[in-house]
Amino acid sequence: MSAAETAHAGTAAWDWVTGVAQWGVDNWSRPGEPDRGIRPRLVQHMRLAYVSIGIGLALALPLGLACARWTRLYPPVLTGVNVLYAVPSIALFFLMLPYTGFSEWTAIVPLSLYTLVILLPNVVDGLRQVPDHVRQAAVAMGFGPLRRLVAVEMPVAVPVIIAGLRVASVATISMVSVASLVGLGGLGQLILTDGFRRQFDAPIVVGILLTVALALVTDAVLVLAQRRLTPWARRDRSRRARAAAPVGER
Amino acid sequence: MITFEGASKHYPDGTVAVDGLDLTVETGATTVFVGPSGSGKTTSLRMINRMVEPTGGTVRIDGRDVRDQDPAVLRRSIGYVIQQAGLFPHRTVLDNIATVPLLLGWRRAKARARAAELMELVGLQPAQARRYPHQLSGGQQQRVGVARALAADPPVLLMDEPFSAVDPVVRTTLQDELLRLQQELHKTIVFVTHDIDEAVRLGDRIAVFRPGGVLAQYDAPERLLAEPVDAFVESFIGYDRGVRRLSFFPARELSPRQDTVFDDQTRAEDAYDIAAGHGSPWVLVVSAEHMPLGWVGTEQLARVPAGVPLGDLDLAPYGHTFNVGTDSLRAALDAAVLSPAGLAVGVDDDGRVVGVVSQDDLGTAIWSVTE
Ligand SMILES: Nc1ncnc2c1ncn2[C@@H]1O[C@H](COP(=O)(O)OP(=O)(O)O)[C@@H](O)[C@H]1O
Ligand SMILES: [Mg+2]
Repeated sequence: MSAAETAHAGTAAWDWVTGVAQWGVDNWSRPGEPDRGIRPRLVQHMRLAYVSIGIGLALALPLGLACARWTRLYPPVLTGVNVLYAVPSIALFFLMLPYTGFSEWTAIVPLSLYTLVILLPNVVDGLRQVPDHVRQAAVAMGFGPLRRLVAVEMPVAVPVIIAGLRVASVATISMVSVASLVGLGGLGQLILTDGFRRQFDAPIVVGILLTVALALVTDAVLVLAQRRLTPWARRDRSRRARAAAPVGER
Repeated sequence: MITFEGASKHYPDGTVAVDGLDLTVETGATTVFVGPSGSGKTTSLRMINRMVEPTGGTVRIDGRDVRDQDPAVLRRSIGYVIQQAGLFPHRTVLDNIATVPLLLGWRRAKARARAAELMELVGLQPAQARRYPHQLSGGQQQRVGVARALAADPPVLLMDEPFSAVDPVVRTTLQDELLRLQQELHKTIVFVTHDIDEAVRLGDRIAVFRPGGVLAQYDAPERLLAEPVDAFVESFIGYDRGVRRLSFFPARELSPRQDTVFDDQTRAEDAYDIAAGHGSPWVLVVSAEHMPLGWVGTEQLARVPAGVPLGDLDLAPYGHTFNVGTDSLRAALDAAVLSPAGLAVGVDDDGRVVGVVSQDDLGTAIWSVTE
């Protein structure tokens, strides 16, 4: 390549970057079309992801408690959750349509169920991770079963549950985009509607970058939350991980 | 007083963990349950706080059947210490210790003040209050475990192999501290171990369990070592029970000799004349303050040029010493056996040499006290 050609290529790449950035700035919000700008889609993406994760956690906690307590429940429940996860997300979104129409529930219900495949085993493992001698000591000091659960087993499980939340969050934030096929999907809409259908790079690039950024920020918030909530678990993650290594199932 | 009246535990799978246990644990004393693994010690211990419900017989505390009390309430009045300490990993040392007072409904400030008091009692530094259990050594964790068990000042303390998982040096320290605590607190302690040495050190009374959960012998430690009831107990105690028994006889019975002890300014030829005069093969050299420095052979003194003081010679290390006022005959025998000269160095509370004891003298003393 000659110097002139290199310079030309450089200029072209630079033009492309500024073009994408310009598109992003211009379309951040569109005064005439309130749902079609980047910002409303980012907001919808966050809402779909966070509500799904929240519902997933709200389901995983009681389900996990039950499975940790009645251990025979766990294998069938886990199998059920895994089977559900094997159903392609597009199929589930379309299956939801007759019931929830084009409301956000069409995306939220399947996404919540998907988080269970990660959250449920983490809740169960977290609760099981309480060493037997710690549980025995609690009993011997006069903790009843409920108090033991709330004051000992749940707090000790928190690091493992948050570890699950981190994986589930990234997975969900990425999967929200698929729901653009049923007219939802937040940032996925930028990629599918504005980008793919119109053969135009800028919305695709902006969509990807914002999705990745959202995943990173969410993960960082969870890491900070973990530090705040469990100052006692800050060291030797490797040892903890080994202690929590899969036992039996999983 | 804790009484077992025909207490049994038969598991549905046919295992007989404890079989018709009749035993009275004295108030304010340390009772040790000792026996091989699986002989029902833990099961018996847990009958006291209802972590195990007997399938037959009764357990009473001060005459009251434990089954008449709510288990959780009963347990808050009984301290419990286990092998791995069982500390709550998510709570600081201080909050771990405050656990039972908080369960009993104390105000947080009061519970924490009490916990701080206990940290001092069990020999923990105040700076460790805000640490988490994983930041402590095994020995420190056990101290926290003991402090936590004592926090609500329960009259009864159950300890299940609490020192088995720490290294021998730390174990000895913890045993000493338990003895010191007990002198101060006079709790009713039931202590489980599989280590007969630990049982003999700590117990006012020792219950030996045999496999199948049967009580084999229940006696004071000296009687147990002197008169094991049968072959099982004798073999469980071990071959060196004779030596171990010496722990119960004070070294005060001995008369240490001073005639082979010289200070480091003594000239070698003078020491030689005296030592050779009464046929001692070794001479102990001490400082002006009477602190031990080391041994030198009488033979060697003969070869030293005239006028050299003992302090300038190469001395063999003096090894272990024993305290003439507080140690037992066993410690004295140990010191003699481990000494390069075969002589035990007796010292006073400040570590100053009182005199030396030969194995012959020890043998005579042992013979006379154990007869
Ligand atoms: N839940 C249980 N089911 C059946 N057998 C048990 C159970 N718990 C303990 N055992 C048996 O009871 C016996 C006594 O146990 P244990 O009291 O723990 O002994 P030790 O503390 O003296 O080692 C052992 O043989 C043990 O295997
Ligand atoms: Mg045991």
